[in-house]
Amino acid sequence: MNRPAQPADNPDEDPADVAGRLVAALAGVPDPDWLAQARSRIVTDPVSLPMLFASAGRRCGRAELAAVPGWSADEAARVLLLVDLATVTTEAELAAAVADCYHHGDAAERRAVLKALPLLPVGDRAVPLLDDAIRTNDTRLLAAALGRYSRHLDQPAWRQAVLKCVFTGVPLAAVHDLDARADAELLIMLAGLHDERVAAGRTLPDDALALLQRLRSAAADTTTRQEG
Amino acid sequence: MRIFDPHIHMTSRTTDDYQAMADAGVRALVEPAFWLGQPRTNVGSFVDYFDSLLGWEPFRASQFGIRHHATIALNPKEANDPRCAGVLDVLPRYLVKDGVVAVGEIGYDSMTPAEDEAFATQLALARAHELPALVHTPHRDKARGTERTLAVVAESGIDAGRVVVDHLNEVTVGLVKESGCWMGFSIYPETKMSPPRMVEILKQYGPERILVNSAADWGRSDPLLTRTTGEAMLAAGFSTDDVDRVLWRNPVEFYGQSGRLDLSDVAATAPTFEGSSIMRGGG
Repeated sequence: MNRPAQPADNPDEDPADVAGRLVAALAGVPDPDWLAQARSRIVTDPVSLPMLFASAGRRCGRAELAAVPGWSADEAARVLLLVDLATVTTEAELAAAVADCYHHGDAAERRAVLKALPLLPVGDRAVPLLDDAIRTNDTRLLAAALGRYSRHLDQPAWRQAVLKCVFTGVPLAAVHDLDARADAELLIMLAGLHDERVAAGRTLPDDALALLQRLRSAAADTTTRQEG
Repeated sequence: MRIFDPHIHMTSRTTDDYQAMADAGVRALVEPAFWLGQPRTNVGSFVDYFDSLLGWEPFRASQFGIRHHATIALNPKEANDPRCAGVLDVLPRYLVKDGVVAVGEIGYDSMTPAEDEAFATQLALARAHELPALVHTPHRDKARGTERTLAVVAESGIDAGRVVVDHLNEVTVGLVKESGCWMGFSIYPETKMSPPRMVEILKQYGPERILVNSAADWGRSDPLLTRTTGEAMLAAGFSTDDVDRVLWRNPVEFYGQSGRLDLSDVAATAPTFEGSSIMRGGG
């Protein structure tokens, strides 16, 4: 069956599908032998991870992968290294290795770690990495922190992150499970930001205005039901 | 005029500077790790600084269409503080990063035994990681400092063509040219080197192996003096190709030796881009 093309970083996509499509998409990178060797090495020699993880960009390139929109070659390669590592580590070991890669990583490595989290059996141990990424003003990290793994964020942290997306111009399409999690408190916060912007002669991005509208409609429906 | 500033400390500059640099034709730059004005007292301060050079600062540059790379090292001034000696131990983890195109700034400040050791150790790290080296020359006792610098470089076994010796002037340029190292010039409003003096040096020594930078930082400096120097070259009769060589192709050639210079992001915006001159990978 032909499936419609779907971005691999679609935050609502089933993570089980992602790794396989990344493998296929990486077939044409500049140094595919390096990637194959790195993936074998990581399972027999896990301490090689920091060096392999750091080298992925110059070995596989940083081009966007046409077959998996939203993914660059270096990100995909790094994510696969972590997926492979997960086959030979305990949850605690994996979480420690992932945190190490993040904290010692440059911005591209950190983004790759964040994008890998939904594919890794780390439970909620990597939540501090999301907190760190959401504290930055690097929009690439912020967007990557709000994928499927963001379901582990508590609601106050999640609302602040969504508002930060609106504030810094990150498209809300990056946010996993947006409408299901958006609540009355987010409505109050978003409406407040909208009021501030209007007072300043500015406005919100279209996707935020649309969310505000949906939340207001839902709130009105609830009120009507309660009154009825 | 497309400009690659091979030595500028953007951490100390404002976003307005990025805008002005982009408007002036700066499309790429290298930010060497150096001293921040206030001495640091522990390794963690360096780790945060290095992370910024590989994280926040490239992001900030990218907002203005400027490609940012870094060089990483323990600088000579702070090599003298034993509390910072542990920085040498964290360097290997940074020297494998994609955005790191050289070891630097290393070299001498006051020519102490601690500086000797840090300099030699980091030249060895450059060799081990197949990276070029960016070598600072001292502001005091510069001529003898430069001689001693070249002796240490020669003794280390690193290929002279993979070393740039920076902050040169009329007195020190000849020594460095003879050594086979690249010659770096920091154009400053009042001190190190001025655009008219730079033009005279280019007339005398030619454009080969010469890098012109603003070295702009938290001191009295100007991130647009690369452009001013290019204009002074044109006014003195140098061709646009000479200017392009000094302000773009030379830094691309020098840092391209790292195999990690990636200018693909800015290729489309470089007005006089020629496919063959943009190096991706080993070049």
